[in-house]
Amino acid sequence: MSAAPLYKPAPRDPARSFQDMILTLHDFWSAEAGCVILQPYDMRMGAGTFHTATTLRALGPEPWNAAFVQPCRRPTDGRYGENPNRLQHYYQYQVILKPSPSDIQELYLKSLSAIGIDPLAHDIRFVEDDWESPTLGAWGLGWEVWCDGMEVTQFTYFQQMGGFDCKPVAGELTYGLERLAMYIQSVDNVYDLAFNASGVSYGDVFLENERQMSKWNFEVADTDALFDLFAKAEAECRNALSAGVPIAAYEQAVEASHVFNLLQARGVISVQERASYMGRVRDLARSSCEAYAQKMTPEWEAKYPEWSLV
Amino acid sequence: MADFLLELRCEEIPARMQPKAKEDLARLFADALAKAGLPVGEIETFATPRRLALIAKDLPLATEAVSEETKGPKVGAPPQALEGFLRKVGLTAEQLVERDGVYFAVVEKPGRDTAAVLAETIPAIIRAFPWPKSMRWGEASLSTESLRWVRPLSGIIALLDGAVVPCEIDGIASGRTTMGHRFHHSGPVAIADAGSYIETLRAAHVVVHFSERCKLIRDGAAKVAAEAGLTLVADEGLVIENAGLTEWPVPLLGRFDEAFLDVPPEVIQLTARVNQKYFVCQTPDGNLANAFVCTANIDAIDPAVVVDGNRKVLAARLSDARFFWEQDQKTSLADHAQKLARITFHEKLGTVANKVERVAKLARWLCEEGIVAGDPDLAEQAARLCKADLVTEMVGEFPELQGLMGGYYAAKEGLPQEVAEAIRDHYKPVGQGDDVPTAPVTVAVSLADKLDTLVSFFAINETPTGSKDPFALRRATLGTLGLGLTNLNQLPVERIAEAVIEIWLESILYEPHAITQTLSGSDLSPGKHDPEYVLSGAYENDLRDGIQSLKEFTTDFFADRLKVQQREAGVRHDLIDAVFALGGEDDLVRLLARVHALQAFVTTEDGTNLLAGYKRAANILKKENYPVTPAQAGAQNDGAELGSGLRRNDDGAVELSYTPEPAEKALIDALDAAAPRAAQAVADERFADAMAALATLRAPIDRFFEEVTVNDADANKRAARLALLARFRDAVHRVADFSRIEG
Repeated sequence: MSAAPLYKPAPRDPARSFQDMILTLHDFWSAEAGCVILQPYDMRMGAGTFHTATTLRALGPEPWNAAFVQPCRRPTDGRYGENPNRLQHYYQYQVILKPSPSDIQELYLKSLSAIGIDPLAHDIRFVEDDWESPTLGAWGLGWEVWCDGMEVTQFTYFQQMGGFDCKPVAGELTYGLERLAMYIQSVDNVYDLAFNASGVSYGDVFLENERQMSKWNFEVADTDALFDLFAKAEAECRNALSAGVPIAAYEQAVEASHVFNLLQARGVISVQERASYMGRVRDLARSSCEAYAQKMTPEWEAKYPEWSLV
Repeated sequence: MADFLLELRCEEIPARMQPKAKEDLARLFADALAKAGLPVGEIETFATPRRLALIAKDLPLATEAVSEETKGPKVGAPPQALEGFLRKVGLTAEQLVERDGVYFAVVEKPGRDTAAVLAETIPAIIRAFPWPKSMRWGEASLSTESLRWVRPLSGIIALLDGAVVPCEIDGIASGRTTMGHRFHHSGPVAIADAGSYIETLRAAHVVVHFSERCKLIRDGAAKVAAEAGLTLVADEGLVIENAGLTEWPVPLLGRFDEAFLDVPPEVIQLTARVNQKYFVCQTPDGNLANAFVCTANIDAIDPAVVVDGNRKVLAARLSDARFFWEQDQKTSLADHAQKLARITFHEKLGTVANKVERVAKLARWLCEEGIVAGDPDLAEQAARLCKADLVTEMVGEFPELQGLMGGYYAAKEGLPQEVAEAIRDHYKPVGQGDDVPTAPVTVAVSLADKLDTLVSFFAINETPTGSKDPFALRRATLGTLGLGLTNLNQLPVERIAEAVIEIWLESILYEPHAITQTLSGSDLSPGKHDPEYVLSGAYENDLRDGIQSLKEFTTDFFADRLKVQQREAGVRHDLIDAVFALGGEDDLVRLLARVHALQAFVTTEDGTNLLAGYKRAANILKKENYPVTPAQAGAQNDGAELGSGLRRNDDGAVELSYTPEPAEKALIDALDAAAPRAAQAVADERFADAMAALATLRAPIDRFFEEVTVNDADANKRAARLALLARFRDAVHRVADFSRIEG
């Protein structure tokens, strides 16, 4: 029996392939920061920050380094596939490093150079941008990172999550993958991006999806059913909370948040109602984070005797 | 003597915080030195995105020895007092010094090395630093007690006379190394001493002087614009912001697609400035050019690459702006205005649509009443559309373009020019120094908008107190005054307030409302109120009283702001008081005209002397406790006001029971002539004439005091002469309350 031919992967080519850029980032964060490379959370959400690997893991004293791609859904940003820069579904690349390492900025800049951005050819800047998510009871300080004037990454030191001080503080990096790729590949239209190096474009993969989903988000989605879904998610979140399973509760909060975004896109929530719905989502998310932190606290305190939740 | 260098290096400090951080560092450092007894000499501070630094020149190497003396109890005071004092100062009784029967604690403090003082000072400054927002980071943040800084602090340089001042805070030890430019220099940079700091960093591609970076940006941006045949639109705010974002600023000029110039220039400028921090340029004929200037933080390998990247971002932003511009025009302003019904103006005052309805009615009324010389139809039309742009996409994106965009959209729709201008300018004047509109339709809409806001908020008891003015009512008042005094012959605020209330009452005819609740002082909420009360005359009365006091409050509020405004403009406050004390006048334009006439009069010789005569008469009357008729503007004399002892005959002349002395007779005659003349002149708003009439009294009153004894033995004569003085005083009071005038 002859041995199977030895497999040798082709070198990554982030300048010509969207997926190679992602794979390069995976390679980089796996090797340089010992990150676990996770897969996307299997739910519809508005931002990578909602992934439990970010929100819930930002709580508590235990170190946690993770990197993952998260598809994000922003129904109101849909443009029926007609705008070269705006999508109702796009990708974020999230890195969460807890506690924030002292060389986190250097690591980040190195990751940019790994995907082909030379900081002497391109003007990289850290511009103040503080982050706040009332929905998650969270805030942090940091920057938006500019590359030749374009915001390519959100860089945040989490200070609070779920209303609790982060102890320790986590550093969160959120790369806008399509924007970065458009930059690296020098294309002006997102649908022209090379998805891989074998001739498949981003448009081949997603253009029809954008058309149909924009139509559904704005025109088709049954609003009665959405209101119903919202109410059910809210009720289920409470149910899970009272049963002591806050992760399940948190998922329902994420669900409610997305359904609310769909209702917004359908234009059926008035200005006055909007604040009330946002308050309800906030209440669910915060309660879930709080319940999670409280449930985990005995375990955390046992491992870290110096540590306390508040 | 030695120079000291402190550098606090951290991750990128927000640009907007750097100028203040420099000041704070200098202040904290100077305070700490002074506290330690070190003389504070020249202090220079530096800020870049990645460092905050300070150089203090000519510090002594040690502090001087000081002797600190604390006063204690008297000798022979109770032992508890002495014991307490000893505890406080930490000495024994034998160590106290006695002087003049009092104990003193004297502590000799030897001089200390400056380096030791600094080693304590640096961590204290870091801990006390007043960043607007600060954060925790890293492993130490496992505890919330860990160090806070604006962004993670990564290094400290502390050099006194070239030697490291050793100190440490949260594991960061002081040294002499720093970092150069993030991309143009790699590896640490060692600093020899304070004197070489600036140049050593310059060699590492860091311009450490904030003001030098400002100059590089200001001059460099102007230069690249000039090279392209354009003029830079100067923007000092952008200069400072870009200086806070760069250590090695390099202004670069780029071009954007000319097609974007269809979008209003204000929109392009705002998009470039707010979102991208770019300057814009003008062509030689003064129009906006299709060019921008961005400020890079590197000497790029190929600047064209950086410019092209920035161009793309701006293009994406401008296409959003153009999308908004085109999208907004697909709907007429009138249709946009429909959506205002969804926006709450104030929880007790209804929606913006409700407000627009009232403003439209008031703008029409102002024109119809002749208060503003504008066309009532145009004023109403403009008022109905003036808030419509609040629901447009463009104003949603750039709220500061409110008004302006409405003006553009109105012009694009082909509405009359007066209407478009009124929509554009109706928020003006926004503050001191802002242009005051003069176009009549604009004046009507702007006044109506502000006055409706003021009276409505007053009606629900939302009035500014102290420094709290959440609805900017003082600003609206000043705006109203600016509009009125610049443009109008009259500004009768009480009448206008009444009109606002009438418009309110029409709009809420059959419903209990926050307005009527507050005005009537009754709880009208469903189930709470007694239906009979509402139907009764008592409610009507309560409401009427409430409206009356609201009108008075509004007039007083305006009068107060006018006083403040005039005082700031340099008008004598006693003259303002003298006119305002008369009351009974709600027309601010007239009040002010009277103040100005009075000011002109009292500075003449006649004015000064008449004032002296008035004061003398008033003093005599005061001594006699003679009743004072309240000063009142322009009231006509009649028989009843002659006072006791004076009577008029059938011809209207004053009748006396004795033959008056010539000087007395002369004053009576002068008053008979002058008093009605002055009163009539005031009534006719001829204030200079009123003053001239008063001036004729000056010689007779002087002569009267010279020749006539008021305090005559004959009670009749005495009474008649007092009454005559009272008549004189009252005649003067028709024009102004002279008792308030100083001098």
